[in-house]
Formats: sequence, C-alpha cells, structure tokens
Amino acid sequence: MRPGEPQRLTTRKAAPLGDFARLMRRLNIDGPLLGGILLICAFGLVVLYSAVGENMRLWVNQVIRLGVALVGMFVVAQMPPDFLRRWTPWAYLGGLILLLLVLTTGEVGQGARRWLDLGIRFQPSEVMKLAVPMMLAWYLHDRTIPPRAVELLILAVMITVPTVLIARQPDLGTALLIAASGVIVIILAGLPIRLMVGLAIAAVPGALLLWNYMQDYQKQRVLTLFDPDSDPLGAGYNIIQSKIAIGSGGLFGKGWTNGSQAHLEYLPERDTDFIFAVMGEELGLLGVLSLIVLYVFVIGRGLYIAIQAPDTYSRLLAGSISLTFFVYVFVNTAMVTGLIPVVGVPLPLVSFGGTSMVTLMAGFGILMSIQSHRKLLPR
Amino acid sequence: MDLLSSIKDHRSERRLFISRVVMTSVSGILLLGLVIARLVQLQIYDHETFAEQSQGNRVRIQAVPPIRGLIFDRKGRVLAENLPAYQLELIPEQVDDIDDTLLRLASLKLIDASDIDHINELIDGGPRFKPVTLKLRLTDEEIANFAIQRPRFPGVDFQPRLVRHYPHGLAVAHAVGYVGALSKNDLTRLIPSHYAGTAHTGKTGVENSFESELLGNVGYQHVVSNALGRQIPTDSRNLSDALPDNESPAPGANIHLSLDLDLQLLATRSLEGRRGAIVALDPRSGEILALVSAPTFDPNLFAVGMSSSQFAELQDNLERPLFNRAVRGAYPPGSTIKPMLALAALETGATNLSRKTICRGFFTLPNTTHRYRDWKPEGHGEVNLHDAVQQSCDVYFYELSVDIGIDRMHYYLDQFGLGSKTGVDIGGEHSGLVPSREWKRAAFRDPADQRWFHGETVIASIGQGYMLATPLQLASAAGAVATRGTRFAPYLVAAVEDALTGERTLISPKRVDDVRIDNQSHWDAVIGGMHDVMQSVRGTAWAAGGNAPYQMAGKSGTAQVFSVAQEEEYDEELIEERLRDHALFISFAPLDDPQIAVAVVVENGSSGSRVAAPIARAIMDEYLGYGGNAAR
Repeated sequence: MRPGEPQRLTTRKAAPLGDFARLMRRLNIDGPLLGGILLICAFGLVVLYSAVGENMRLWVNQVIRLGVALVGMFVVAQMPPDFLRRWTPWAYLGGLILLLLVLTTGEVGQGARRWLDLGIRFQPSEVMKLAVPMMLAWYLHDRTIPPRAVELLILAVMITVPTVLIARQPDLGTALLIAASGVIVIILAGLPIRLMVGLAIAAVPGALLLWNYMQDYQKQRVLTLFDPDSDPLGAGYNIIQSKIAIGSGGLFGKGWTNGSQAHLEYLPERDTDFIFAVMGEELGLLGVLSLIVLYVFVIGRGLYIAIQAPDTYSRLLAGSISLTFFVYVFVNTAMVTGLIPVVGVPLPLVSFGGTSMVTLMAGFGILMSIQSHRKLLPR
Repeated sequence: MDLLSSIKDHRSERRLFISRVVMTSVSGILLLGLVIARLVQLQIYDHETFAEQSQGNRVRIQAVPPIRGLIFDRKGRVLAENLPAYQLELIPEQVDDIDDTLLRLASLKLIDASDIDHINELIDGGPRFKPVTLKLRLTDEEIANFAIQRPRFPGVDFQPRLVRHYPHGLAVAHAVGYVGALSKNDLTRLIPSHYAGTAHTGKTGVENSFESELLGNVGYQHVVSNALGRQIPTDSRNLSDALPDNESPAPGANIHLSLDLDLQLLATRSLEGRRGAIVALDPRSGEILALVSAPTFDPNLFAVGMSSSQFAELQDNLERPLFNRAVRGAYPPGSTIKPMLALAALETGATNLSRKTICRGFFTLPNTTHRYRDWKPEGHGEVNLHDAVQQSCDVYFYELSVDIGIDRMHYYLDQFGLGSKTGVDIGGEHSGLVPSREWKRAAFRDPADQRWFHGETVIASIGQGYMLATPLQLASAAGAVATRGTRFAPYLVAAVEDALTGERTLISPKRVDDVRIDNQSHWDAVIGGMHDVMQSVRGTAWAAGGNAPYQMAGKSGTAQVFSVAQEEEYDEELIEERLRDHALFISFAPLDDPQIAVAVVVENGSSGSRVAAPIARAIMDEYLGYGGNAAR
C-alpha cells in the first residue's frame, strides 16, 4: 500500500492473510464472489459443450468470450465507487443518446430473431442495464431515504424513458429487465409497502396498455403459454420441446452429451435461451439444482456486499445488481420450464453469446469494487 | 448537531436497507421455490410421460405444406397451377464423402459446379439427417440419367413435390406475377410458422398481393423416426396419445382474374420486339381485361429457381424485362390529355364550341419570342375545338392553356385520376404527376425553381414538361371519358374461390369520385372529336380506325423524349432509336355503349397514331368479337 492512500478496512479475520488472499485484496477482487462465478462458468461450459453439438470451435469461442468478460470485470473492479458515482449521470445520458440514435438510424431487429444480431453489433441497451440502477442510486445518494413522492416521480421517469425507448426497438425482454433493475433500487430504498401494493393493483390496467404496445409475435408468446399445443409448429414448439427435454431427464439425467432431444435438434435455441433444458435433460434434477445452489450463493454474496457497503450509492447499486442477476436466473428458468412466457432472456453466464456476458461481468466488477474499496467511516 | 443527525439518519437508512434486502430475499426464495417445484413436477412426477415422448421411437412434428391456390382468367383458363416435379435431395448422414459425391454429380451435369459451395453451406447449416435440396426440378432426361447411376450415390435420391407453373407465363408475367424462393427478408415480413414446409412465396403481381389468400393453411403430422432421426414409414396411432392430433393442410383459395387470356396473348404479340405497355379495362366496372408490359420474362424461371447468372441477366438487361411498365412506367402523356383539357376549357369558359383559332404552326406568348411549335410545321389553318381534338392541333391548346391556367388544368386532370395512384390491386404503382403551382413550390428547394412560368403551362397543355402518367392511369382516364365521368378503381381480381367448397366471393367494383362536368353537351363535343380522330378522314388515326365495322373514339399522343432546339428540323431518321418520341394512344368502343377502354404506350415508337393506334384497334376488335377479319 502506498503511503497517502486511504487506509482500507480490514475484514474481521484480519490477522494473518495468506499470500494468495493478500494478492486478491491488492487486485480488488472478492474471493468468494469470484469463486462462485468461476464455478458457474465452468458448469456452464461443460453443458455448453454438449449443447453446441460438441463443436470445438464454437466452444472455444465461448471460452474466449468468458476470458474477455473476466478481464472486463477485473478492470471495473479497479474503479473506486466514488469514481463510478461521479461518472454515473454521464453514462446514463450517453446511454440515452445512443438509444435515440438506435431508434432513429439503427436497423430494427424484427420478430424473435433479433438475438442473432446481439453478438455482432453494439447494443446501447446493454449500457443501460447498468446505467439505470447507477443513475437511480446516484440520485438517491445525497437524499434522505425513504424518498418522498416528488422524488419517486422523478425516479419513475428515469426508469420509464430508457424502458420505453428499448421496448420500441422492439426488445421487450431487455426493456422489462432494465425496468426491473430500476424498480429494485426503489424497493431497496424503502418504497412504502402500501404504495407497492397499490402499484401492483394499478399494474392491471398497465398490463392491458402494454398488451396494445406489444408486437404480434410477443402477443402470440403470451397466448401460447396458456395453451402451447394450439400452435405446435410455431410459438408453442419451443415450450413443448423444452418440457419434454427437462421432463425426460428425470432425477439423474440421461448423461452428459446423451440428451436425445437436444442432439436430434428437437430443441430449438438449445445453446442460448433454452440451454437450461439441455442441462435438465442430460444432468437431471440433481444437476439443475446444483446450478441453482451456485446461483443462490453468488446472489447471496452480492447482497452481503450490499449490506456491508458504506454509503447509499454503493449499497443501492450493489443490491440492485445482485437482485437483477436473480431476476435473470428466475425469468430464464421459469420460461424454459413453461411457467412464464418466452421472453428471450438468456441464462446468465451459461448461455452462448458475448454481449450480455460482458455486462454481467462488469456488474460483478462493480460489486468487487464496492467490497474492496470500503473506507473507514468518519466518526 | 448536524453531524449527529446525519449519522443517526445513516443508521436508520441502513436498517431500512437491510429490512428490504431481507424482504426481497424472501420473495426471491419463494419464486425460486416455484421453479424448483415445477422442476420436480416435470422431472419426477411427469417423468414417465415425457420419457416416453422422447425415448424409443420418437414422434416428430412435421409440417405439411398446403397446396397453393390456382389463378384463372375471366373465362376459367388456368394462368397459374401446380405441377408435380422431382427434386434431387441429399441426406448428409448417409453420404460418406460429400465432396466426392457432389463432384461426381456435377460431372454428370445433375448439379452446377458453381453451386457446390452453396450446397456445402446448406449441408453444414442443417441437421445431418435433414435432406438438402440439390436441384429443384429435374427433367425427364435427368431422372432417367440419374436412375441408372443411383446405386453409385447412396444418400442421394429424387423426391416428388409440387412446383408452381405458369402455362402462359410470358403473356401474363406482369399481371399475375410469380412466386420465388423465400428469402431471409420475406421471413421477417411474413409469419415464419405459416411457411413451415413451404419454400416459396408470391413476389410480384397478384401472386404477391393475394399471397395470404393463395397460401392456404399449413398442416402438420407426426412422423415416427428412429434413434438417428430418420423417418420410419409406420403408423403413429399406436404411439403416445399425449401429442396433439395431426392436422391436414387447407389448400389456398383459387383466384379468378378479370383478365382475358386472348387479349393478353394478342397484346403481348403486338408489343413483341418493342418496349411498352398495354392496359385494357371495362370502363363500366374497372375490371382490367389486359395488362401487358414489354419486354416480358418467363415467371417459371423464378418458380423453378434459376442460376445466379440467369438472374443477373434478367436484372441487368437494358430493356428491363422485370420492370412493370403498365403500372410503374411513368410517361409524358402527350396529346392524349387533350380531350380532358378540352372539357376543362369548355367548363371554365376558356373557349366555346364555335370559337376559332388560326393555327400557323407555332405559338408565342405575349412579349416573348420563343416559338412553341405545332407538330404540323405548316399549321392546321382555321380550327375550332372539335377540329383541334380531331387533328390534335397543338396551337389551339397552347392558346387555351393560358386562359385555363395550370391550377385549373390540375383540378380537372386530377378528377380523371391522373397524378394519383389508381388503387389497383397489385403493388408497386407509380402515382404519375400532374403539376401545379403548389406542387412546384413543394418539389423544389431553390426559390428560383419554385416559381411557375407561363411557358410551363403551355407545354403542360400538350402533356409535356413535368407531367407524367402510367399506362394504367391513361386507360382508366379513357374509361372515365367513355362513361362520361363515372369512375371505378381498376382491379384484376374478380373473385376468390374456396378451393374445397367451390364457394366464390365476388369482388365488387369500387366506384370512385365522378368527374364533375356541369354541362353534359360538353361530353358530346369532346367524345365527338375523339370519334372523328379515328373515324373521319381528317382524323389523326383514320388509318387505324376508318374501316372498322363499329364506332369508336380515340386520341393519339406523341411524347417528346428529346427536345429539339429552336431552329432545328426534327428528322426522325437521324435520331437514335432510344431518343425517338414515345407513341401513345387511348381509345374506347363501342361509342354508344362503351365496353372496353384501352391505353397503349410504345416507347420510342415515334408516332401515336401510326404505331400505337393500330394496336389499340386490334385489341378492341378482338374483345368485341371482330378479331378474325379486321385485326392485323
């Protein structure tokens, strides 16, 4: 530690740090969080190898992407939370401008095929996945909590503008996730319970409004959720095949690379949104539960970091990142098992594809930065 | 104090935050519990059912494509049908050496060597058990040829399927349109699941605009496949009941057009070797009887699939065979608008039936020297309105134009449907253009260009300058003259027929706004003039109409493509073919009970009355039943 640098808070088990642990601290890395993430990634790579049809080239691509994303996480972890906070409004504004540019000049991805474009071109909505919770946390940082009515209104606008812009791309899945990340900040900041119940009731007419906004393919997805058999060739096909895959896996699964549903190509999007079904088929209930346990561990560690965080900004941001990660996991697993409509959300850290992985890892980088840059509070 | 309260706040904030984290965590655990409960349900309780569905003999859902609707002409003759054909397929997993197989097929001329890369891409992109189409349509010779060699090609075989076929393709190409292979773009516009199992979609013409009627509904069946995904020919009835039933495809609707195949063939023949378009319609309903654009192309090439060099040849051809001149071609209408301007002049009082003008072969605006020439250099002498229509005297209309003014010209021509889309039921229509002061202000940026000049009014009066019309618009306008102002939107599809029940839904004519002419005798005067164009000795098209056994009316037009300098003589021999004037003609017949209105445009045909009028005459002869003798 160079002299003059602010003294860092030592953990409770401070006394004898091993060399490795000391190195991790100097690199601003949170060991438990990194361990959980790496375990999930390793698990994911094993399943992905089978899901891409044992195609070594695709698999190595994914390993490289993971590597790049981990480097990104490491870089973000070096940025102190104060620095992040200062730049937050600019990141948010820049993201908004990019979104407007996409709407006016960018190509519009059509139908449910837009995920094809994800890897190729830059998506401003990815920036917003982090910029929205950061912006809300920034706004609440200097204010007393829980927020007052006027402040709640401003927060609502901060969420709504990017959400609507993204929904019009149209990318309803991402729009909803970004809205969720913002709403989580407000809930963590102490949104009154009565208001939450009220909003939940008000959501009914809101949902009807949203229905009118939806594209035909999105409506179809909702409708086929209730009756997948009505359209076995179209929208219902994914859900039917995915349920067969998971169900036929049973308790222990058919064995790695032995999933017949997946390998005979019955299961569409098996290496991206539906990779959870491949896992269910090949590794069974036990395999799937192990992954869920790993996810719970990472989310729990994130929430622990949030509780330990020294200031409002860090606390709210860390909480939102962790809980949004939970939302990803829940939405993907619930959609693949047919509990909710297919909204096109990948399984975080496991699905094939790069763009969203970089964003996720950057989020973890922020968590690590918050954990490792804690300062002593002034007394 | 301040510091104290802020610390206190901080503590309570942290307490609030922790309570919220606990609250959200509990909800999260409940939600995850839901997922886990679902997994237990699928993987433990319903495991047997799902295992059965996935294990052993597998049932796969396969799309069964519907049969595309047929297209008929007004007399029930087939214009588009589906013929069985054989296609060559390869199943990757059954072929040991794919490269070698493809090379040997190429050496037998069964596939094109240049397509091998593309085929390899298809093979790499799909599952190993799914057949890849090597060639869409095999000739009898190719089938025989391959049948002998078959044992040398394990995994390659021919399969029957239906191919769209246009028996009179060349004659109806631009009206009926064609189907072509579904492209990536098509799939973003269409609903992919409706096209499961279908490889084609309508690209142009009626095939495109009535795609949803023609397509039909896709069906599906469950095919039993072995562990490798290969189809086994067994009955699936003894398999799991948990799957939905098979559903047969519903064939697409048959479409009955108002086109008359005889007229189409005649019109196509009469434009052979030229560029141009012919549109004939029934002015009493708007039914299109003929719609031809020349040069034409064979739509069967698209249905069967052509090599990229064949497509490039069509696409890059200077004669532009794929371009539908009948609805997309915008031409200066030339003198064909004179009957309509004559009506405008009479209605606005710019002239009357007796007023006469001396035509000396040119016209100059007051205080200017620019000479606007008449097509007849020596002039027409003394002419009244009737003579001016009959002989197509330009000077008479030059004079009138100044009195009518461009805005009132626009008002009347607009009522005949010029300058706006006719609303025909095939796509890609050009709206043409009838200029006005307002239009010019909006169309140009530079204030100097936004001003309207008198000279522009003068040349607009003979359908030159900015003015543009499509052959379809001209036919429709001729029809509006024939019916004395009653107008219908032109259309091709007369009825849609359910292929199963034979029940026909007739499409009724769509009346559009009438032409508002207050004095009915003005119609008589103008139609009388148009009659004498064709059937009086001094008429411009006497040669084409003089000997007809029935009465008709018409108007020629010759539109300049190339402007002649003031003192130069116009010598058509010396001018390159591409720079020659366009020949136009509009007409209708019989005079007292109009049943057909025709517009003919021959690009660079030089003279409306000499080149386009005889074609219009032949079409009317054919339709009215005088086809055997007088025509040709």
